[in-house]
Amino acid sequence: MTTKTVRNVHVRTTINGQEMEFLVPPYMSLLDALREVVGLTGTKEGCNDGNCGACTVDLDGRIVDSCLVLAPEAEGKEVNTIEGMATPQGLHPLQQAFLEEAALQCGICTPGFLVAAKGLLDNEPDPDEHRIRHWLAGNLCRCTGYDKIVRAVEKAAKA
Amino acid sequence: MHPFEYVAPTSVEGAVKVLGEHGERARPIAGGTDVLVQLRGGRYELDAIVDVKNIPELMQIRNDSDGLEFGAAVACYQLYEDPGISAEYPGIIDAASLIGGIQIQSRAGLGGNLCNAAPSADGIGPLIVYKAVAKITGPNGSREVAVEDFCTAPGRTVLQRGELVVSISVPKPPKGFGAAYERFIPRNEMDIAVAGVASSVQLDSSGHTFEASRIALASVGPTPILCGYEPGSSGYDDPLAGKSVSEDSIAAAGKLARGSASPINDMRGTIEQRRHLVDVLTRRTIGLAVERARAAL
Repeated sequence: MTTKTVRNVHVRTTINGQEMEFLVPPYMSLLDALREVVGLTGTKEGCNDGNCGACTVDLDGRIVDSCLVLAPEAEGKEVNTIEGMATPQGLHPLQQAFLEEAALQCGICTPGFLVAAKGLLDNEPDPDEHRIRHWLAGNLCRCTGYDKIVRAVEKAAKA
Repeated sequence: MHPFEYVAPTSVEGAVKVLGEHGERARPIAGGTDVLVQLRGGRYELDAIVDVKNIPELMQIRNDSDGLEFGAAVACYQLYEDPGISAEYPGIIDAASLIGGIQIQSRAGLGGNLCNAAPSADGIGPLIVYKAVAKITGPNGSREVAVEDFCTAPGRTVLQRGELVVSISVPKPPKGFGAAYERFIPRNEMDIAVAGVASSVQLDSSGHTFEASRIALASVGPTPILCGYEPGSSGYDDPLAGKSVSEDSIAAAGKLARGSASPINDMRGTIEQRRHLVDVLTRRTIGLAVERARAAL
């Protein structure tokens, strides 16, 4: 094993509409950079290998697992996280629907589901149940059994 | 995890140079959905990761009368969201739209799927039955390798030190061609194939006789298997050429594919189950390929 040190990388990116610059080790995931460097802890770590979707963020208009993105890959890109969903005027319709439909219990998967569901509704405002279930297949929830989540997304779509 | 550098070259030459310098201690990533997981799992350690998404040749897509060529870093969604590619290459789209979930498909692509060389890869069989070729550039120039000759063992490929897959080229299917891919998983989505089969058929103008065919198997051997072909050889024993399209001929192809499989017992399935699945999936995918071929006659 080599012992040479690896220099930190300067990353310039836009997070939730705000330009940001930070220094990270080149092997750090975008998830860890968001949580530990930028201080946005709304994005959650679940499996850390791309199975559970808890770390879902929007990267240049596509939802991705931020655990499988290296932080330097965000250079020049736009990242949108759960922290960017609500506005000073109120909750995003999806957040409101999740509350009303009780689409969460422990809540660890919720930011990922919300960001993923937003990625769907932003492009397809009126998906059917099958489409919603298919789209959210990359997000795992061990509490709700998914039905409430699907209903909440349907409700938000109609809102 | 062992610390590694992040390098994002903007040219093929730049990537080849870094890969050549580091040898086995560097790997390219496109989506990173396999390499980053393998690194964290301790399967190997790297000194450098070469992000190839800033190289134009690895990100471009060309679909014209010669066929389809897409860069090795093109993500799955870029293929299945393209109406032209979806209509003309449905057997490839079958795989591109079922690898992982939406998050994975935003990043992962068929170039990485090929280079990862997993026995269970969903994307490789479809490329084989479309007669796709990997275009490779390395320190000694460029070469082309047929996809069926690309994987040499689990996780191992023909790539030599410093070599990079630049693009995958798929010849334009002629009239009367159809292809399909199906896999078996115990869940609806987000799983690794217990067995998968890609089939392609070339029908005559009547739509009732097979002129040529290819059947490729996933997850039932150390590498993807093209039935009737010995890797590296020049001969190919076509399972269906000259036969009429019938239940009998398709059933015989299913049996032949079953015999070509060399599966193992593991947590995902048994040898017997996998052989059975190959038989069933072969018949199903040939049926769907015939349907698609006839629709294009």
